[in-house]
Amino acid sequence: MNSILSLALASLWNRKGTAILTVLAVALSVALFLGVDKAREGAREGFGSTISGTELIVGARSGPINLLLYSVFRLGDATAEISWPTYEMIADREDVAWTVPISLGDSHRGYRVMGTTQDYFTRYKYADRQELSVASGELFDDLFDAVIGAEVAGALGYEVGTSMVLTHGLGAGGLMDHDNRPFRVSGVLARTGTPVDRTIHVSLEAITAIHVGWETGTRNPLADSISEEMVRSFDLTPRTVTAVLVGLERRGTILRTKRALDTYPREALLAIIPGQALSQLWEVTSVAERALIAVSLFVIAVGLVSILTSILTSLNERRREMSILRATGARPGHIFSLMVLEAGALGFVGAVLGAFVINLALAVAGPILAARYGVSLVGTGPGLTDLYTIGAVTLSALIIGAVPAWTALRRSLADGLSIKL
Amino acid sequence: MSEPAVEIRDLRFAYDGGPPLLDLPAFSLGRGERLFLRGPSGSGKSTLLGLIAGVLPARSGTVNVLGHEMTKLSGAARDKIRADHLGVIFQMFNLVPYLSVTANAALPCRFSSARRKAVGGDVSEEAARLLARLGLDDSALLKRRVVDLSVGQQQRVAAARALIGGPEIVIADEPTSALDADARDRFIALLSEEAERTGAALLFVSHDAALASQFDRAIDLVEINHAVGREAA
Ligand SMILES: Nc1ncnc2c1ncn2[C@@H]1O[C@H](COP(=O)(O)OP(=O)(O)OP(=O)(O)O)[C@@H](O)[C@H]1O
Ligand SMILES: [Mg+2]
Repeated sequence: MNSILSLALASLWNRKGTAILTVLAVALSVALFLGVDKAREGAREGFGSTISGTELIVGARSGPINLLLYSVFRLGDATAEISWPTYEMIADREDVAWTVPISLGDSHRGYRVMGTTQDYFTRYKYADRQELSVASGELFDDLFDAVIGAEVAGALGYEVGTSMVLTHGLGAGGLMDHDNRPFRVSGVLARTGTPVDRTIHVSLEAITAIHVGWETGTRNPLADSISEEMVRSFDLTPRTVTAVLVGLERRGTILRTKRALDTYPREALLAIIPGQALSQLWEVTSVAERALIAVSLFVIAVGLVSILTSILTSLNERRREMSILRATGARPGHIFSLMVLEAGALGFVGAVLGAFVINLALAVAGPILAARYGVSLVGTGPGLTDLYTIGAVTLSALIIGAVPAWTALRRSLADGLSIKL
Repeated sequence: MSEPAVEIRDLRFAYDGGPPLLDLPAFSLGRGERLFLRGPSGSGKSTLLGLIAGVLPARSGTVNVLGHEMTKLSGAARDKIRADHLGVIFQMFNLVPYLSVTANAALPCRFSSARRKAVGGDVSEEAARLLARLGLDDSALLKRRVVDLSVGQQQRVAAARALIGGPEIVIADEPTSALDADARDRFIALLSEEAERTGAALLFVSHDAALASQFDRAIDLVEINHAVGREAA
């Protein structure tokens, strides 16, 4: 078998032009398939490890996926807010151990600003219940202090002490800048691979303070006349918050607490369990995922057919070669294995190349995607899926190789010893 | 040594749907004999070689090769006899284009462990030795692609391939028809010499009756083939 394999490889090398093209077709199809699968798995893992340790997230009533996306992933916007008294009601509940209110809506050079309390930095957990940690500086202390994520610091070149101006809303800076109330970076968080890296954290009071004079949604001409000292002396308790992260006394009450909040009569609330909302999100995306997987499987089939085509078209010009092999002692089994091994070799080399290419591409593109979307594709390195795919493609190629093998075999039997062109 | 290398009795053969092509009451090739077989084009020379080599199955009669009754054997068993005991040279296009000169000469050893064993040591070395005896020992020439060799050189590589591992029978189907008279005579001399050295019987086919003098014995297929006579009558 070994001598037949070396014969098969020599024969492929003799036709390296078509062989390389065929290998490329297989490689690209395998890379596409593995890429889709890895992106899917990676996104799930990445999203799944973004928040842990929070039992419930409460916001104004909208869709659970929407609430999850804006409160945790900084994607999309809240359509309504929760009033402060309602927040206090949630915090005061007997079954609630802790709450962290968050307030969203402002931005700085494309990065979202989140007003919250000091508790956020101890209560928010990601991945395997990991806590946030400060890489340099310290948490906000003064009203106009900001704690920035690692990606913000890296991309904008900010460090502790840098002064920054927030923008009202999520648009570009300019007219909508809160330029009368500059902030100072007090700390930079360590990298987490979550949207925290792309967030600017300030105190809830600061959010209230910069909006003094902005009650109508645009800047009141009188806003500038209010000095910083005056602002500091105001009662800066927010009137509304965007969402509340909730930790429970006992996990067992989670459904009861959720129902109580969902049916709160005085305000339309929605409480979600992060993991459950995430599953709902995957249910939505799985339709598209399945379509993508199906398409990429078809592309693999096309790659396999190109193996078949390249070998079948070579058969005519190799009729002479088969006769020579037969005459010098090759049995039908040898001819058959020669063809099958050629197909298998094309499939194997193509699949290995494809797996290599996609792993390399993800290793290069992974950090770029993480920086852009805040969610790192977790666990996309070389894995068992790659091995299984290589195995399956090689096996399919071997099976497909039986078609030209059978043709070559029957022909070489009929041709006898005479060499026909 | 009493038993001939090839012994044929009452052989009949026709291709599927074709008229009777061969009807041989008797044909034999002695051990170590150098036999010349001639006959016009289309008379069935190549077909007879195919029957002896076990590639084509006989309709009736017996084809005995080295004591094996080919008509009673399965295709696989006939293939094995060919791989172990026969060397074959064709008219042209003898070589596998993607193998080196030496690998081409060593090709039968890939398919037959008996031939490998007969070589004993390193197969490529033996191939190189045989090639050198046939006048192919220029190292630059041995490195060349086989398709870039002259036809005469290709035929000598094919001869080395037929002889490697010392098969008992060498079958040559018009191996010289593409060579000029000079090259042809030298090739036949070399082939006969090597066949004699290894003790192989040589069955040499050609339509060119002038070559007969270089062999131990010569037969005309038309004379021994009764199928032709009956058709003509
Ligand atoms: N595979 C085949 N199927 C049907 N008929 C065949 C086949 N091979 C050869 N023939 C026919 O059998 C006859 C003998 O062919 P063969 O090749 O044995 O002749 P030959 O004596 O070797 O001729 P040449 O000197 O031209 O090589 C021819 O009429 C040929 O057409
Ligand atoms: Mg012929």
